[in-house]
Amino acid sequence: MANEGFETTVEVTGDGAVVELKGTVNRAAKEQMEAAYVEAATTPGQIVLDFSEVDYINSTGIAVIVGVLAMARAENRQVEAFGLTDHYREVFEITRLADFMNIRDAAAAD
Amino acid sequence: MFLRKRSKESQEIGKGAPHPDTTTRALDPVEIPPGDVLETLLLSTGGPVELSAIEAQSDTINRLRDDGIELIVPLIGQGELLGALYLGQRLSDQPYSTDDRRLLGNLAAQVAPAMKVAQLVREQQAEAKERERIQQELQVAALIQQTLLPKELPSINGWNVDAFYRPARAVGGDFYDFIDLGDARLGVVIGDVTDKGVPAALVMATCRSMLRAAAFNHDSPAAVLADVNDALVPEIPPAMFVTCLYAIIDTEAGHVLFANAGHNLPYVRTSDGVVELRATGMPLGLMPGMDYDDKVYELSDGDLMVLTSDGITEAHNPDGEMYGFSRLMGRVAATTKNDDVVNSLVGDLESWTGPDAEQEDDITLVIVRKTASAQGSAAVFHPAEGERLLADFSVPSVEGNERLAIEKVSAAIAPLGLDEARLERLKTAVGETVMNAIEHGNENDDSLDVGIRVIADTGRLVVRVTDHGGDKEIPEAATPDIEAKLAGEQTPRGWGLFLISEMVDEVNRARENGSYVVELVMNREGEA
Repeated sequence: MANEGFETTVEVTGDGAVVELKGTVNRAAKEQMEAAYVEAATTPGQIVLDFSEVDYINSTGIAVIVGVLAMARAENRQVEAFGLTDHYREVFEITRLADFMNIRDAAAAD
Repeated sequence: MFLRKRSKESQEIGKGAPHPDTTTRALDPVEIPPGDVLETLLLSTGGPVELSAIEAQSDTINRLRDDGIELIVPLIGQGELLGALYLGQRLSDQPYSTDDRRLLGNLAAQVAPAMKVAQLVREQQAEAKERERIQQELQVAALIQQTLLPKELPSINGWNVDAFYRPARAVGGDFYDFIDLGDARLGVVIGDVTDKGVPAALVMATCRSMLRAAAFNHDSPAAVLADVNDALVPEIPPAMFVTCLYAIIDTEAGHVLFANAGHNLPYVRTSDGVVELRATGMPLGLMPGMDYDDKVYELSDGDLMVLTSDGITEAHNPDGEMYGFSRLMGRVAATTKNDDVVNSLVGDLESWTGPDAEQEDDITLVIVRKTASAQGSAAVFHPAEGERLLADFSVPSVEGNERLAIEKVSAAIAPLGLDEARLERLKTAVGETVMNAIEHGNENDDSLDVGIRVIADTGRLVVRVTDHGGDKEIPEAATPDIEAKLAGEQTPRGWGLFLISEMVDEVNRARENGSYVVELVMNREGEA
């Protein structure tokens, strides 16, 4: 399904890659999210998902994130979440996504 | 010296032909009108010409002689006479020598290209200025139209109203409007002012205000149109008029009372096919004292009324054929239940005109659909002691409409001042519940709606979400096993019910008359 409300940008950093997410994370984001992961995973190191520009995540979006985490676990790669609002941070904790990815404070950002 | 503009007018750029006197005297440069015998002569010679050697006669030549001009040096660029240098008698009284003439000829040959460039630059500047003026006018027209078209669509339980408006580059005079007449009545207007740009936009603005005023004075659309017509006739510029269809919809019973002033007829797609709602009448603003007729149509659940402007039916394909009424009617008939009608019609129109075609006229579509209300039109909310109804609306079962529901619930509860964290949790719970209702309860059938009621009592905030899935199995909210999901042993999905239960203080579920109701309860004090 096409998702005009979701965009990703992959940036390679010194110790991995940052995937900047923008817009709505729901089931329509699946294909693009997975493609962004695959692109980011061409470099060794951890992958940071930057949620700073994400305005909405629903349960189908959580499933998409779980799918990407599963891909990362299959190759023992660390995933970090950055830029989550307090609410989505809570959602990540309730769903235990936070147990499988490091959640970085926006304040601790470089 | 004179310099000719390309528009064939002459423009003076300098004065001062030498004069037989020892002092020089400024003269108005003599223009060489296009086609003058002197022009032909100068072009054929291509160099300096002594006036005394010219045998031909013309007013121009005579005037030059009267001014004491002796030598004319033409400025020629690309075979065109751009201007000329006029020289009077030499100060030494000697005739112009061959050297003088050669020098002047060379000078002219060098000046001419620069003159040509200057001329082109001036013309382009003038054109750019004109383009900018037209652009500004279009912006004004577009601004008037955008300001006056409805900012929001009416949100009525059991109804799905949609509108599409796309102006042509030259901005025509299309407009539409929704008027809340009270007593469960909605006024729907679609109109088209002849002409384009600012004049059309101004007439549209006037007409819209008149309609809004008249709509509250009469229960009959025909009477409203007759009033507007009489008010508009003295105000409207000659040769302009307005086509307009006005309908009053009884949103409880589904009646449509409508009258037409020369506008395209609306179509209604019913379960038995497409019906044309016929009504005729003179366009507004042509003649005073016109009568219009009220017509009635009863909309049933699932019926879809489509109002259009002629920008659709009169759009041409590359072979010059018009889109036409029968194609529009066929398209309305072909829209299936889950079709997004606006996208389907606009998409078909675009495939007709071709991808590169410039839109000829404004395109306006208004769609009014009677959906089967999940709450039922009889299910009027009776508040218990201490309860307040903060919102009562429905959204059609279209993917993504949970966002609309979230927005409306947020707006309704804003005055309660819920803290940020609890507000966000409630928003997520509402979104997930409405999403389930759309997908599972109503199976994405967009002729079915999801009803949402927001009720506040002294200590609690309650959001009731109702769908048509009263006969379906209700799954229990289980805690998803994230380890199994990450290991690929379970689908990554299945978070909705769990999230809902975690976000609010209480979730109640019930079946009521074929409907399925989920009640989300958030205590207004204490912890979630």
